[in-house]
Amino acid sequence: MSDQTAVPAYNKPLPEPNTTSLPFWEGAREHRLRIQRSKKTGRHVFYPRNVSPFGAGDELDWVDASGRGIVYAFTVARRPTAPQWAQDVPYVIAIVALEEGPHLTTNIVGCPPEEVTIGMPVVAVFEDVTPEVTLVKFGPASPANGASSEQTP
Amino acid sequence: MSLRGRTAIAGIAERRPSRYTEGATTLGMLAEVGMEAIADAGLEPGQVDGLITESFAEVPFMAPSTVVEYLGLDVTFAEVVDLGGATGAGMVARAAAAIDAGLCETVVCLTAARREQRTTAGPRRSASTGWAGRRVDRSPYAEFEEPYGAIGANFGYALIANRYQYEYGVTPEQRAEVAVAQRYNACHNPDALFFGQPITVDDVLSSPVIVDPLHMLEIVMPCAGAAAVVVTSSRRAKKAKNRPAYILGAGEHTTHRSITYAPSLTETAIKASADRAFQMAGIRRKDIDVASLYDCYTITVILTLEDAGFAKKGRGGAFVAGHNLRWDGDFPLNPHGGQLSFGQPGLAGGMSHVTEAARQIMGRAAGRQVKGCDFAFVNGNGGIMSEQVSLILGRNR
Repeated sequence: MSDQTAVPAYNKPLPEPNTTSLPFWEGAREHRLRIQRSKKTGRHVFYPRNVSPFGAGDELDWVDASGRGIVYAFTVARRPTAPQWAQDVPYVIAIVALEEGPHLTTNIVGCPPEEVTIGMPVVAVFEDVTPEVTLVKFGPASPANGASSEQTP
Repeated sequence: MSLRGRTAIAGIAERRPSRYTEGATTLGMLAEVGMEAIADAGLEPGQVDGLITESFAEVPFMAPSTVVEYLGLDVTFAEVVDLGGATGAGMVARAAAAIDAGLCETVVCLTAARREQRTTAGPRRSASTGWAGRRVDRSPYAEFEEPYGAIGANFGYALIANRYQYEYGVTPEQRAEVAVAQRYNACHNPDALFFGQPITVDDVLSSPVIVDPLHMLEIVMPCAGAAAVVVTSSRRAKKAKNRPAYILGAGEHTTHRSITYAPSLTETAIKASADRAFQMAGIRRKDIDVASLYDCYTITVILTLEDAGFAKKGRGGAFVAGHNLRWDGDFPLNPHGGQLSFGQPGLAGGMSHVTEAARQIMGRAAGRQVKGCDFAFVNGNGGIMSEQVSLILGRNR
């Protein structure tokens, strides 16, 4: 068979996009980090919402985020947080503060866990985990990758 | 509106935590502990006209009427409270408010968790069915956090602990002392899961790191159990079988569910909930004789000591080092052993902070009774420092 070399099927929980969040996940597939911005206040918000959390009479527009941020908080999981991660320890779960303001929870990849620090500049790294789903992780920002949020496979 | 002294906890009951309850039903456990609490108050089931239960998977909807029917009650107030670990304290606050509003006079508040060995190895929630399917949990957390392994609570408290360390600093030894003091207390409580198993700071720090920086012995042990309290009007409480624990203050505060979207990782909603409770009760922090603080992790206690106003911000570690947190020390904290050492039987773990505070006020804490216990402070904490409910209980109205 020609597909004997196929990697094992991705077995971790996958996001299930809905009519509200679809622009985010479609953006991720195109390796763009799309978030919403309040028309009234200019503030950005994550996760995608139907209504603005910044008050009545507001509207949210989709914008492309820079993909840059800092590690706001992190932990190194020494034991898996769920059985599907058993082969991945140690791995880093982090809250990243985007340059635009919102916080999101993600993984820090592309460096050993012991090199991760709070305040460390990071950039978005797009992981195509299945043909349909791309997860937005973050890696250390450096002159080499700071200019682009794309990771070379 | 003040609830000060309008109601009291007149009855308490608790099932001793155990690792497993093979074949037991949550419904049956809720009913048993509820009936026991009603009897403890010296009341007949016919005198109970309110019921608050947690929501539980076994009965996917209409839980209150199910439990009412099972117990053969006839009530004018029935509801579910869904505030995570703050559910127990939240039930008491809501019962007090319902009684004060005249909706009912006597409310039984119920929590229970069954646990079976064969279900412990599986994933916490139904597995993802992928892009094309539909799954039950379609919350923002299932969509934006779980794909990154941000599952359960351990990771979230580890994020908090590391951020706290970065902003203020706390030594591993100071965190460990929280666990050690609670284990000492559990060794004076024959009902505690870890009764008879004292630990040292070295034991805590040499236990495996689960999520950096938290060690295994800084993390609660899930188990099975049940706890119930009966809240009634002060008028009726005066005639109770036992001395009642009056509800003098209640406060609640919630701004987020996921720690990702919390306004701060180190300044919690406890400040607002505790301030409301103290303001209602009209007492000072130094009047508190027993602190019954939700302790899912050691870091939770450090943050709660600060935000509830017992320690200055950033000085939680120093507070722990400078005080004796044991039941016979100068700052008695969780005399029952806390959830860290009593065990965390689901939402009955949060309720254990209510039952223990009431027990201490009632003077029924046997081998761990804090002397001269006039005022107790309870804090319930849901999720990852999400829902917060604070209560102040007192010996007198």
